[in-house]
Amino acid sequence: MSVPVEAAVLDQQPHRVHGPSALSGDLRRFWSLTVTLARTEFKVRFYGSVLGYLWTLVRPLLLFGVIWVFFTQVGHVNDTTQPGMEQYGSQLLGSIVLMQFFAEATGGAVRSMVDRENMLRKIHFPRLVIPASVVLLAMFNLGLNLIVWLIFSLISGVEPMVSWLVLPVIVGGLVLVTAGMAMLLSALFVWFRDIQPIWEVLLQILFYASPVIISIQTVEKDFGTTALHLYMLNPLAVIFQQFRHSMVTHATPSAGQALGSWAALLEPMAIVLAIFAVGFAVFDRSAARIAENL
Amino acid sequence: MVAFSRPLTTTISRESAPATASAPAAAPAISVQGVSKTFRLPHQQYSTLKERVLHPFRSTEYDELNAVQDVSFEIAEGEFFGIVGRNGSGKSTLLKCIAGIYGVDSGRIGIAGRLSPFIELGVGFNMDLTARDNVVINAIMLGLSRREARSRFEHVIAFAELEQFVDLKLKNYSSGMLVRLAFATAIQVDAEILLIDEVLAVGDAAFQQKCFEQFFRLKREGKTIVFVSHDMHSVERFCNRAMLMEHGVMRQIGDPHAIARAYHKLNFGKLPHDAPAADASGAGTAIADAWFENASGERIAEVSQEEPLRMCFEVRFAEDLEEPVFAATLRTELGHTIVVARSDERGGTSGSFRAGDSAVVRFEMPAWLTPSRYLLTPSLARAGTGADAVALVEDMTSIVIHGSSSGGILELPLKTEIERS
Repeated sequence: MSVPVEAAVLDQQPHRVHGPSALSGDLRRFWSLTVTLARTEFKVRFYGSVLGYLWTLVRPLLLFGVIWVFFTQVGHVNDTTQPGMEQYGSQLLGSIVLMQFFAEATGGAVRSMVDRENMLRKIHFPRLVIPASVVLLAMFNLGLNLIVWLIFSLISGVEPMVSWLVLPVIVGGLVLVTAGMAMLLSALFVWFRDIQPIWEVLLQILFYASPVIISIQTVEKDFGTTALHLYMLNPLAVIFQQFRHSMVTHATPSAGQALGSWAALLEPMAIVLAIFAVGFAVFDRSAARIAENL
Repeated sequence: MVAFSRPLTTTISRESAPATASAPAAAPAISVQGVSKTFRLPHQQYSTLKERVLHPFRSTEYDELNAVQDVSFEIAEGEFFGIVGRNGSGKSTLLKCIAGIYGVDSGRIGIAGRLSPFIELGVGFNMDLTARDNVVINAIMLGLSRREARSRFEHVIAFAELEQFVDLKLKNYSSGMLVRLAFATAIQVDAEILLIDEVLAVGDAAFQQKCFEQFFRLKREGKTIVFVSHDMHSVERFCNRAMLMEHGVMRQIGDPHAIARAYHKLNFGKLPHDAPAADASGAGTAIADAWFENASGERIAEVSQEEPLRMCFEVRFAEDLEEPVFAATLRTELGHTIVVARSDERGGTSGSFRAGDSAVVRFEMPAWLTPSRYLLTPSLARAGTGADAVALVEDMTSIVIHGSSSGGILELPLKTEIERS
């Protein structure tokens, strides 16, 4: 075993056994367990299907195709000749990819604790590993989907920009919100089984309440500035909009520009951090008793 | 559901062998002090949000299940310690508390050394993956790094004798193969303290022998092992000490043979009455003596199968009792109940007794039992169902029955008839 000698000697000192918690033990074990669970899930999910992993890449493209055809060619909801609607395809696919990450991670997290009942009841390990592994796997898929988005965008004529360097910040914010919701939902589901259908509906609502199909200019034009401000309280809206601005085209405003000033961004940022903090707090509180309440 | 508590003093002192029951001199690897664990079982299994909203206060209704009550003991470094008890006696809960899977409600648990995080074999096995993947996953959960897990893989497969099936999905494995794989992975753990729950249930004889060898190896290496089992045979074979639990209470701790006997008694040694509470037996009605007699009224220590046997005991009454139920229970040395004789059987009456009276009770029966030693438990209960015991002394005296053995428990007189047709 690679445990240093000093640590082994220290271990000989009697220590008190505490019950399960969200983050007990060393970070190395936390990380290796998280990776292992994510890998396992990945393998299990794609073993049986012929196209295997390709489905994960094709799914957002299919959804994109449907929306593209209906909303621009058939229904003419979006006038792609307007300013801000440049590169609508790339904007749309980008938002879909980000939304899919959020939906996959949070939707998968809901049942994750309950589905791993066997592990929770039989092994001592930091409980946070379970939702973390769900988010990690979704992040992996997000990475590959972003590559698909990149290829699509370059083909459809999006120019590489310096502002692409902002991508880690955008993804970072998205991961924070997602992880917060994942912790919250996975812990709550143990006590309230209604969470699952409720969350499915909320995900649908969020899909339409974020700049995926409809641009924020449309929101502002049709409902006014106040409505736009309310709309931008949704952290996903801010993140998606910033993505569309920084990654696709400056013709559409950045989140800060849409809200009038950069300072106004503090509000959604605070909401992101609050979701993460609340998610962690709820998960941490319930971690000790999850194993006996499954 | 509140499990009844029984005074420990009367039960612990009775059978524990003093040489082994005292806490060993070496530093404890595990110390458990006054640990209690209560589960709250809501009346409705799942409360939905709607129910919460409609009945905001209803969810406070819980059944309390005292799974473990005020248990204290110490396990020395290098000890092989068994925990036995019937289903629902709290032994697995206790193990999970030690492992840190459940938090305790009160008391404290101390550990010196690295603890294997596993308490059951094959946790985390995924039926849709191959043995190769599962061994690595399982080993990582055991606390090994990915590299270590990979490097030990060949060894694990060789031990499990599954070389040909490495790339077979686990769902195509037989249960025996699964257990072999799980055990082979689990013994790779580098911990100093192992907690094991119900292990040797499956696997063929040859593989079980291999497992035993591994247990002896771990024992030689000085690992501390705590293991929960129903298999008294392996408890007696491996354990230095053992502990018996019943209804969440530690009933007895000490020599594994004594514990195994007590366990058999719990399972198969049912008495007509429960032992009376300690305060009642102090100054009250008591069983003064118990003995066996032959047909001519002489006290005997052994008897042949052909002779009739009398189970006798004397009761001194300290209170007035109407129609008490006298009973004599004959059990084997393993604690299996063979005969229960009751004075109220078939409408029998016993009469009324005043304080200060004494009475001798005799039950006569044929000694048609297989040659062995048998133990007599006399008891006395108030009128009624017989559950309300006044006095009871377990295994107060014994008799040796000799004669021929056909291999069964009973040696009944046989009438054999063979008709050629």
